[in-house]
Amino acid sequence: MVTVYVPRDTTACALGADAVAAAIAAEAASRNIDIELVRNGSRGLFWLETLVEVETPAGRMAYGPVNASDVAGLFDAGFYEGKQDSTLSWGPTEDIPYLKNQLRVNFARAGIIDPLSIDAYKAHGGYAGLTCALAMEAQVIVDEVKASGLRGRGGAAFPAGIKWQTVLDTPSEQKYIVCNADEGDSGTFADRLLMEADPFQLIEGMTIAGLGVGATQGYIYLRSEYPKAHDVLKTALANAYGAGYLGSDIAGSGKRFDLEVRLGAGAYICGEETSLLDSLEGKRGLVRAKPPLPAIVGLFGKPTVINNVLTLATVSAIFEKGADFYKGLGTGRSLGTLPMQLAGNIKRGGIVELAFGSTLRELMEDFGGGTASGRPMKAVQVGGPLGAYLPESEWDIVLDYEAFAAAKAMLGHGGVVVFDDSVDMLEQARFAMEFCAVESCGKCTPCRIGSIRGVEVIDKIRGSDGDERQRDDNLILLEELCDTMEFGSLCAMGGLTPFPVRSAVKHFPEDFGA
Amino acid sequence: MSTNVQQAAVQEILDGMKTMPGALLPILHEVQHTLGFIPADCVPAIAEALNLSRAEVHGVISFYHHFRSEPAGKHVVQICRAEACQAVGAKALEAHVQTSLDVSTGDTTADRNLTVEPVYCLGNCACGPSVQIGEDIYARVTPERFDALMADLDINGGAE
Ligand SMILES: Cc1cc2nc3c(=O)[nH]c(=O)nc-3n(C[C@H](O)[C@H](O)[C@H](O)COP(=O)(O)O)c2cc1C
Ligand code: SF4
Ligand code: FES
Repeated sequence: MVTVYVPRDTTACALGADAVAAAIAAEAASRNIDIELVRNGSRGLFWLETLVEVETPAGRMAYGPVNASDVAGLFDAGFYEGKQDSTLSWGPTEDIPYLKNQLRVNFARAGIIDPLSIDAYKAHGGYAGLTCALAMEAQVIVDEVKASGLRGRGGAAFPAGIKWQTVLDTPSEQKYIVCNADEGDSGTFADRLLMEADPFQLIEGMTIAGLGVGATQGYIYLRSEYPKAHDVLKTALANAYGAGYLGSDIAGSGKRFDLEVRLGAGAYICGEETSLLDSLEGKRGLVRAKPPLPAIVGLFGKPTVINNVLTLATVSAIFEKGADFYKGLGTGRSLGTLPMQLAGNIKRGGIVELAFGSTLRELMEDFGGGTASGRPMKAVQVGGPLGAYLPESEWDIVLDYEAFAAAKAMLGHGGVVVFDDSVDMLEQARFAMEFCAVESCGKCTPCRIGSIRGVEVIDKIRGSDGDERQRDDNLILLEELCDTMEFGSLCAMGGLTPFPVRSAVKHFPEDFGA
Repeated sequence: MSTNVQQAAVQEILDGMKTMPGALLPILHEVQHTLGFIPADCVPAIAEALNLSRAEVHGVISFYHHFRSEPAGKHVVQICRAEACQAVGAKALEAHVQTSLDVSTGDTTADRNLTVEPVYCLGNCACGPSVQIGEDIYARVTPERFDALMADLDINGGAE
């Protein structure tokens, strides 16, 4: 019996993985070869999907990118015995430089195990962290998170332990753990892959959070654009209940934690934490003014920890491996690892998890291999639709929160969207305003109206057609509008939309008729 | 489906779900999943079951891009408009879709076979342009690939 792995994540399936799996099963049957087909998550090497792996005595061997039409040839070349005769052979998966040169903590199990199998999860270190946490007092759990240096991975990079302390210190009969799985930023898919490839890591992290702050109910707020993640989570939750890792007696401890997944409904603003809470309560996703902090008055008015998927998942690793291990990685005040996501016009797109401290250029060139189109790179947007566009002169920037803040840019959730030299940066600035207009919650005027005005002003710059006066007047107007949005908006939607706009004007003036 | 049948289906959903905390979004999802859209004449029943005003329920339905108050075409095609897909030709793809199907984004074809909608990121940003047809997401969708997908849809369970 040979074990063959074919990924089941969204991107692999979008590239035909289901057809590859079916072809492998059919071909094996017709050749009387006994195989066990496992649908693993993905390793996150999306440029190699569909990446088929075969278990051999010498480790797992990789073949990719495989299309259904390649399958018969792979059998002819003896791939099921781990032979390396096919043009699609990559040798041992772990030796592929893209993977080998990463430091995987969050994605250590991704693509290796069947995401729905608790046994496989436990065989790879899963639930060891919960076992430790169950033996700790709540305050010790929170202290451990503080000691790890973990900061929120959803964008604002707020220290997780400090948020948890506030919830622990706020007395209440009911408290909640909410996972922000709204992952709305273009160019990001780390949350999605984590949920599709290793969902128990998140479930375990949320359970530890519940123990840490005294919350017995958790919700995962998942964007509706992620149907596969939804299916995986539903089954994983059922399996965790079935195995006694959720419910009224977690792992025989007598302690309770219940967890449910809830779907968003296609609103980017519902990734903002207070809007998300309103949405979970069944309302329109309007941003709430802070204070009060959600940690004190959160979901249904109760103290609530709200953290990103990666933040909560990392907690399991911290309790498995220790806070010292985690804080030993990284640089300055950015500790641990950050899963970066290479997207857009890039030759080798995927997840690249590294300790903080490498540079953007290393990421895009060494891992990414340049553009997919083969044309020169022109601009890179880091940190989602509210992040700045960076020109080549800034690509040596170090991947850490403070370095990005100093450059008036944002590391955010770690998305890196690459554009080649055919991009028109005026169009990108216009899109930033248009996106804000479409997705604004509507509560404040600078955001709601300012973004619509922004589109109009940029259209006038485009239409100035050599009329320098018209262009310059409108560039000044655009700058004033950006000021109004930056300083007059309640949340970062309106407040940060000026960043991509201004960076486009500043770094690429030629696209604005200069 | 007649209005009565629709209302009975909605009532059944309400009976099963109305006591869950924050029930409105899960209920709306379930109604849309069952009926394909959220009929305006079901709003009063939903409002009553949850002790909300009709305006509140209507406000929620219209706030979220995902919910629809009108039936869609037989197939829903969503085209990603976000930055990572823009970087690999999403705009040209959307233009191609509009001309080849003779429909603007947000509308349904005259034969009611296809509804074309914008979507802002499907999490497939390393292999765009991304398109979702029904429940399935497709990667690296060039105009040619899109035409092939449409031809496939016609053969396998497309227009009657
Ligand atoms: C417009 C907007 C969109 C956001 N979208 C997300 C999102 O999709 N996912 C996320 O985790 N955080 C998002 N955030 C950040 C959250 O408000 C919040 O900071 C985060 O959930 C806190 O968790 P963390 O500390 O673990 O990062 C968004 C913020 C804003 C202003
Ligand atoms: S800035 Fe925009 S999204 Fe944020 S609260 Fe104001 S209107 Fe809503
Ligand atoms: S930007 Fe299109 S899938 Fe993410």
